[in-house]
Amino acid sequence: MNWRSIWAIARKDLKEVRQNKAAWAPGIIVPLVFAIIMPLVFIILPQVIPVEDVQRELGDIDALLRNMPPAMKAIFNDKSLEQMFVIYMAGFMLAPMFLIMPLMFSSVVGSDSFVGERERKTMEALLYAPTSDMELFLGKVLAAVLPAIGLSWLTYLVYAVVVNAASFSLMGGLWFPLASWWPMMFWLTPALAVLGISATVLISSRVRTFMEAYQLSGSLVVLVLALVFGQISGVLFLGVGTVLVIGTLVWAVDAVLIYLSVSNFKRSSLVARL
Amino acid sequence: MTQPIIEVTNLERSFGANRAVDGITFQVEPGEVFGLLGPNGAGKTTTVRLLNGILPPSGGTMRVFGLDPATEGESVRKQTGVLTETPSHYERLTARENLEFFGTLAEIPEQALGSRVLKILSFFELESRANDKVETYSKGMKQRLALARALIHEPPLLFLDEPTSGLDPEAAQQVNDLIAGLSRRSRQTVVLATHNLLDAQRLCDRVAILNKGRILAMGSLKELARKLWPVTWVDITLFNGASAESAAAGIQSVRGVRQVTAENESLAIQVEADDVIPQVVSALARENIPILKVNPRDYTLEDIYFALQAGEA
Repeated sequence: MNWRSIWAIARKDLKEVRQNKAAWAPGIIVPLVFAIIMPLVFIILPQVIPVEDVQRELGDIDALLRNMPPAMKAIFNDKSLEQMFVIYMAGFMLAPMFLIMPLMFSSVVGSDSFVGERERKTMEALLYAPTSDMELFLGKVLAAVLPAIGLSWLTYLVYAVVVNAASFSLMGGLWFPLASWWPMMFWLTPALAVLGISATVLISSRVRTFMEAYQLSGSLVVLVLALVFGQISGVLFLGVGTVLVIGTLVWAVDAVLIYLSVSNFKRSSLVARL
Repeated sequence: MTQPIIEVTNLERSFGANRAVDGITFQVEPGEVFGLLGPNGAGKTTTVRLLNGILPPSGGTMRVFGLDPATEGESVRKQTGVLTETPSHYERLTARENLEFFGTLAEIPEQALGSRVLKILSFFELESRANDKVETYSKGMKQRLALARALIHEPPLLFLDEPTSGLDPEAAQQVNDLIAGLSRRSRQTVVLATHNLLDAQRLCDRVAILNKGRILAMGSLKELARKLWPVTWVDITLFNGASAESAAAGIQSVRGVRQVTAENESLAIQVEADDVIPQVVSALARENIPILKVNPRDYTLEDIYFALQAGEA
């Protein structure tokens, strides 16, 4: 395995993506909204409007927490209504939204890398390069997965700083991240980044344009939205155990999809699609 | 005796019911410029892909540098450079970045890469635009950059797939001059896949004429012409009102003359071989018949190509 070639492919793909506004714009806008705007709104809101209004908007917060496992609920003990609101929104409700990022980043870069290369007719020259199919595949996968994980982690970091800074006086100190965020960052986020790229590789063999691939792979976000609604409806809460189980399931799906992607990624079939 | 660089025997490649390459056999010798000629769909590009191991064959055998491209594609591609029919570049990157990328994939050592890129950019007269994005290049410049990309790792075997397609006459001339220069200076072995007969006639030592995946004929221009037209024709124009009819009578008896047609001041003479022509000229001189012009008919690759394609049709 020639890692110099693999990194060259990954670097080249990233340079190309940097020049494609449609590919990198979501990488700036979405983290900006998730990491800065949304937490500020949810933290500042209960501090500037009367508590009674917050209570009216939320209804009985106890009702929302009714189905929450007791271990997770402990963090709400002895907290004021404003504090409960901030923990509930910034610590729990926004959490699954962050899982959109690794999926989205990896599928956007993957679409540009796998389908965009074909669309721009540069694939043929690449196929004539003295690299193996696996080196080509790995270079392109790394170009999608590494920035997806890196950008997600950076967004988590910014989010943690913003949440702690904005709520410092209200909470009386640093309180974020909650325990469930650690496996989310280091177990579930990489799994979702790999899910995004492996699904994109498979999708790329069926579509002709970057936008088609982008839109189809974007439909994976539905999986994450299911988690969002699961939490809102009180059916599912992202505790440490739940995140570890979901992460393990996603890694298992990844293994199957990667196997299929590698089998599908052959020069002979790629050249037939030129 | 030198080992051929390419040896192909009964090579086949089918796509469903379509036989893109249908049992072709040929060899390419070191330093030779070998042409694969044929219309679109003749199997030229498929043959290039097979020989570089990016498509597996459906049948037959092939060896490039003694290696089987189907199983040793990477090793073959290290020794080949390919100018693809659509020589697209990474347009958002600069020429230097494009060449550095392909140079890295071709395993040029890191410390040699920068100077190699500069050297080849300079050879193709692109050094002043090295740091410009390729999207700002003209078509001719992009084609020269594509040639530079194919040659960045100094491969001993170069495949050129329609190298002048879509270029204006000046740019096409420039690319052809570069190819001719490569062949002359460094005895570069080249496989030229084209339907441009003038390019092929100018550049190729031998050609294989393909149609529907099969080779119709193969050889040098002279060999192919001889196969198709085993006799030679020579046209003689007489000077200042000399009678072609009386001249014709005088040369009918020359040994090797097979047929003479006279019209006004012109004679069209069919001879068995080129060496009969001086005897014909001597016979006319002996008869004091003034000669303005002697023109042995040369067959162009175009004549040969269309004769073969018409025969096939």
